[in-house]
Amino acid sequence: MAVLEKGSPHRASRSLSEWLHDERVRSVLYQAIVAIVVIAVARYLFINTSENLQARGMSAGFDFLSTGAGFSIAWSVLPYTAGDSYFHVYLVGIGNTLMVAFVAIICTTLLGFLVGIMRLSKNWLIAQVASWYVEILRNTPLLLQILFWFLAVFSLLPRPNKSLSLLDLFYLNNRGLYIPAPVPGDGFNITLIAVLVAVGATYAQAVWARKRHFDTGQRFPAFWTGLGILFGLPLLVFLVTGAPLTFDYPALKGFNFLGGASVPPAFCALLLALVIYHSAYMAEAVRAGIMSVSHGQTEAAYSLGLRPGMTLRLVIIPQAMRAVVPPMISNWMNVVKNSSLAIAIGYPDLVAVYMQTSLNQSGHAIEIVAMVMLFYMSVSLSISMALNYYNKIVQLKER
Amino acid sequence: MSLETVDSEGQHIASAVSDEVVINLSQVNKWYGDFHVLKDIDLTVYKGERIVICGPSGSGKSTLIRCINRLEEHQRGDIQVNGVTMDTNLKNIDAIRRDVGMVFQQFNLFPHLTVLENCTLAPIWVKNMAKSEAESVAMTLLERVQIPEQAAKYPGQLSGGQQQRVAIARSLAMNPNIMLFDEPTSALDPEMISEVLDVMVGLAESGMTMLVVTHEMGFAKRVADRVIFMDQGEIVEQNTPDEFFNNPKSDRTKLFLSQILAH
Repeated sequence: MAVLEKGSPHRASRSLSEWLHDERVRSVLYQAIVAIVVIAVARYLFINTSENLQARGMSAGFDFLSTGAGFSIAWSVLPYTAGDSYFHVYLVGIGNTLMVAFVAIICTTLLGFLVGIMRLSKNWLIAQVASWYVEILRNTPLLLQILFWFLAVFSLLPRPNKSLSLLDLFYLNNRGLYIPAPVPGDGFNITLIAVLVAVGATYAQAVWARKRHFDTGQRFPAFWTGLGILFGLPLLVFLVTGAPLTFDYPALKGFNFLGGASVPPAFCALLLALVIYHSAYMAEAVRAGIMSVSHGQTEAAYSLGLRPGMTLRLVIIPQAMRAVVPPMISNWMNVVKNSSLAIAIGYPDLVAVYMQTSLNQSGHAIEIVAMVMLFYMSVSLSISMALNYYNKIVQLKER
Repeated sequence: MSLETVDSEGQHIASAVSDEVVINLSQVNKWYGDFHVLKDIDLTVYKGERIVICGPSGSGKSTLIRCINRLEEHQRGDIQVNGVTMDTNLKNIDAIRRDVGMVFQQFNLFPHLTVLENCTLAPIWVKNMAKSEAESVAMTLLERVQIPEQAAKYPGQLSGGQQQRVAIARSLAMNPNIMLFDEPTSALDPEMISEVLDVMVGLAESGMTMLVVTHEMGFAKRVADRVIFMDQGEIVEQNTPDEFFNNPKSDRTKLFLSQILAH
């Protein structure tokens, strides 16, 4: 009976209005409309662009990548000389961006954890200092902070001949930060191998110490032993092979420093601004993560005799990380993306050297913008994938 | 010293109270800001004694037992547990916490660890026990609370009653000689209360010193050597369950009993 009632005679007699109010028809209809609109817009953009390019006698395509760029770049991680190809400029820009972003992400994470835990401190003064730090830095624009560090701090440093100096090895002046550059001699490779061996040995002894603890209950000072191996072994090998490493020290020659390695003031300002600004956000993520673990967990751990340090390590942090990781992902991606504000103070990052100078010279706007977008997207998606994978591992299992 | 309890129904579990003092509180006072939670508390607990603490909410009963393992800090008076004085010395606090187990109203199991790992965490990291030994101890205890088959599951996959029994096993894994229970059945569905109380009765039979904050008066009648009634931060009355329920002295006790036994 039921089958008959639902049968075709009834369906055929449906009015248009009834048909339009069918849930299934609706969903197909909406998707079709969206698809048509997207295709129409894409077609318009493509036709419009190619017509305009033709009208101006410009050619599209990536042939320009192999032609020489003909301008110089003030400072770069990768070697570059004026006249290298545009593709080389792209790589140099990526190198400079990744350099500042990588260092900034590491420092941001460490500083963020420190400030976040400080803000939860029972010590009134420490908690207040941390909370003012977060509130001031989070509530002012990043561009303003970058300009502040560049214009009000690093540009106002003394001239090279009156440099601030630490132990006559490190110099800071309005031209940048100068540090001694290591120059490896014959046989230094053996020390590098020793470093690798030491890292492996440290890891192995940590695994062994953990296994021994689980097997026999006996504890081993794995941290201090590891520290000893990590530094002791390479140092020993280094000395035995006759200390084959010299340093190229920066020295004042005329009006400027020569020798050593250096980073420009714009790098210092950008790095400091990125680290300080994002560490405030990271601190909030860490604080929220720790606070998301109920106080009952701490009480249960204490009642079992666990000390506060162990409670934090074995009970609180593993649970807090679930809440910390998602905001940490977006924070790291923001560090990479916000490093493009470098253009405001003349640090030669990808946007400055490629999307600004190269684009102006070559005119290949679409290709260049697409390549820059591709870079930022790949970095962001890689970070996101790595941390999402981690997040999946630490998720709680419930029924 | 011996506290004799004669139960009319003959169901009362034989007590093995010795005259060895394990907990001694004298003139203990505590304030939360201006609020005086504990007022001049004097309490002596003997080895093997089972004490049930009851009273209206906000009377300070939870605070009292939480002071015994320093989850709360008292401001005046002396607390001694197994002869160790509770003070700011961290070694003393560690020593006391090793001997005192606690079960919470909200279970407070570690949700990121399996049932077995919940029970082995403290033995491995506090007592430096070998993992295999800690696991065999934990399995014995999980059998005692009748859920060995749940060892590999996570707390989120268990019912409330099962979680509370894991919490009891986790505490027992540290081999304490005193157990504190802070309203262990108050967060449970009615049909799960008895499975937890059964485990607690079994623990009482084994001679464990127990301090239990609860509203389960049937449990008090059956297990307690002494019932303590608290109100507004004071110990109003303490007596054997028989005397306490049949012949309460104070008006406040009478009022409380009439309220909770009304239904």
